[in-house]
Amino acid sequence: MSSKSQDVESLLGQKYRHGFVTDIESDSLPPGLDEDVVAAISRKKNEPQFLLDWRLKAYRHWLTMQEPTWAQVHYKPIDYQDISYYSAPRAPANAPKSLEEVDPKLLATYAKLGIPLHERARLAGVAVDAVFDSVSVATTFKDKLAKAGVIFCSFSDAVRDYPRLVESYLGTVVPAGDNYFAALNSAVFSDGSFVYVPPGVRCPMELSTYFRINAAKTGQFERTLIIAAEGASVSYLEGCTAPMRDENQLHAAVVELVALDNARIKYSTVQNWYPGDENGLGGIYNFVTKRGECRGRNSKISWTQVETGSAITWKYPSCVLKGENSVGEFYSVAVANNYQQADTGTKMIHIGRNTRSTIVSKGISAGHAENTYRGLVKILPSASGARNFTQCDSLLMGPKCAAHTFPYMEVKNPTATVEHEASTSKIGEDQLFYCLQRGISAEDAVNMIVSGFCKVVFKELPMEFAVEAQNLLSVSLEGAVG
Amino acid sequence: MLLKISDLHARVAGKDILRGVNLEVRAGEVHAIMGPNGSGKSTLAQVLAGREDYEITGGTVTFEGRDLLALPAEQRARAGLFLGFQYPVEIPGVNNVYLLKAALNAKRKAAGEPEVDAYEFLTLIRQKMKFMQMSESFLTRGVNEGFSGGEKKRNEVLQMLVLEPKLAILDETDSGLDIDALKVVSAGVNSLRDPARAVVLVTHYQRLLDYIVPDQVHVLSQGRILKSGDKSLALELEARGYDGVLGQVA
Repeated sequence: MSSKSQDVESLLGQKYRHGFVTDIESDSLPPGLDEDVVAAISRKKNEPQFLLDWRLKAYRHWLTMQEPTWAQVHYKPIDYQDISYYSAPRAPANAPKSLEEVDPKLLATYAKLGIPLHERARLAGVAVDAVFDSVSVATTFKDKLAKAGVIFCSFSDAVRDYPRLVESYLGTVVPAGDNYFAALNSAVFSDGSFVYVPPGVRCPMELSTYFRINAAKTGQFERTLIIAAEGASVSYLEGCTAPMRDENQLHAAVVELVALDNARIKYSTVQNWYPGDENGLGGIYNFVTKRGECRGRNSKISWTQVETGSAITWKYPSCVLKGENSVGEFYSVAVANNYQQADTGTKMIHIGRNTRSTIVSKGISAGHAENTYRGLVKILPSASGARNFTQCDSLLMGPKCAAHTFPYMEVKNPTATVEHEASTSKIGEDQLFYCLQRGISAEDAVNMIVSGFCKVVFKELPMEFAVEAQNLLSVSLEGAVG
Repeated sequence: MLLKISDLHARVAGKDILRGVNLEVRAGEVHAIMGPNGSGKSTLAQVLAGREDYEITGGTVTFEGRDLLALPAEQRARAGLFLGFQYPVEIPGVNNVYLLKAALNAKRKAAGEPEVDAYEFLTLIRQKMKFMQMSESFLTRGVNEGFSGGEKKRNEVLQMLVLEPKLAILDETDSGLDIDALKVVSAGVNSLRDPARAVVLVTHYQRLLDYIVPDQVHVLSQGRILKSGDKSLALELEARGYDGVLGQVA
């Protein structure tokens, strides 16, 4: 390992040690979970009765469920009574007032990742009202969306302003009792994003959580609902390439997508939560339920994800292909370094006729990490002519990491076509030496080899995101070889 | 003296492979190293290029008077040492031309020269590809990805022509080539011959030396150069075999 990469590694680790200590303010609930807590959350947010009922139903169901243990991840039992389920968004008193007060090393990392200036401020925890840039950008943005008739707001605002839309779609893709973490989320979710694109409208810009005003601190139980009406299309970007600070260890988000006839939803994620230190201590547990339903004919839902963060990732963005000729896609790059554990993949449920799905999964493991692909392709008897193509490739860097692939297939219609390809390769000493012998530095060589490996996924990302993702990958894997 | 190898010893996995190699290569010369399988030819090439799997247990190597063994592989390359690989590796998804441009720029940067711009580079590589009779499709393909054996070797020589090394070590660049490809590859190597450069050919076959005429021929066996001579030595080897020729020495 070169001294340069050591610098960056220590720098990457360091920014978390300087985490912000937030005072417990009055506007938060004490740790613990029962029906009163669920009701209190709903009351604090002035929610209508239907939502309270829905939350309570989810909570009661959750009580009957067991935490899943089938994933290839290991962690100490979580004490759900030791978590505070509500705290109002707040600006910590000791947050830096401007970028000048932020640790220069942290800023150097952002610079290395190519994060725009205004975004750096937000990530570093600079008080939001000091970030003029982002506010003005976001305002321009809102005007443009309003003209197109696109609703893009926080989940709480949607509950207040569009309760009927929320009521008719919430939980229709991921039911409240879908799984342990989804049920928990349904009971206690704090906030999230809501998008509605009306019929025939092509959303005029990429929607990004970053541009949503008040997006900061949506908390550990985030809920997103995106609806593309007939003939509508939208591209949604979640997350950020920069490492995000968060004091909450458990994250259990739910994302629901609904695509009606001829609608298209493209959902791109770059996830870079704190992965824990180089010994595997700390780090976010990311237990996410993401599912899209191609409800209408000829609809299409495409998931693209670049997962580099979190100590544990448990995440299977899925597509339910109900509408005839509908299309589901899943493109994924999952990186696990040091002691990270990633168990991720997708489910493609083919219900409608001539439905098609494509799965491309690229797993990269380094250090002592475990990286698992888990995928299900299910073709129901009704799905005549359904087709699936799955490709899972794993790249191992170093001798102590591991990659696992669990592809499940259930084909109940004889006219369906299912193809699966899988490979595991090592970042070859040979490949590395070949590049070195051409005068290319080890760092550049590893970047080149890894991005070559991920190319098919990166090209699915919106352009700017793709560049950031590539930078992120090189920072995440710095020092992993050589 | 461009390259001077003195009493070089190297081992891998506890086994001595090079046991005292001595070789001097002057600028402008072409040397051929021949020898039976397992004699250490490829090891010598890899050791000179800086592969870390080998442990150097003795001896020295200087390149233009500098201690070559003290330099990491990438710096040797930037200083003008090129290895044409016996088995060029595939790097999926990495564009062939992108890698070559990165290589050229790394070398130029080390020499304090400005990087080539995209247009300039494309012109250069098109010209060299034409010379190597390679189709335009090589511009867009991944590094050696799905290349035939012959295409890989042509690609190695293409890289050499673009990088213009001072010393090119070509490890069995002729193996697996049909006669037409052999002529093209040889023409490529010959085009690089100039008073400031040298070429070391590692080969099994005399036939390559019909196209690239060497100044000196060496026989490497059991980790040592046991016999050196001019081109006639290669012909003698072909006529009498290694045992026949080396029997006289032993």
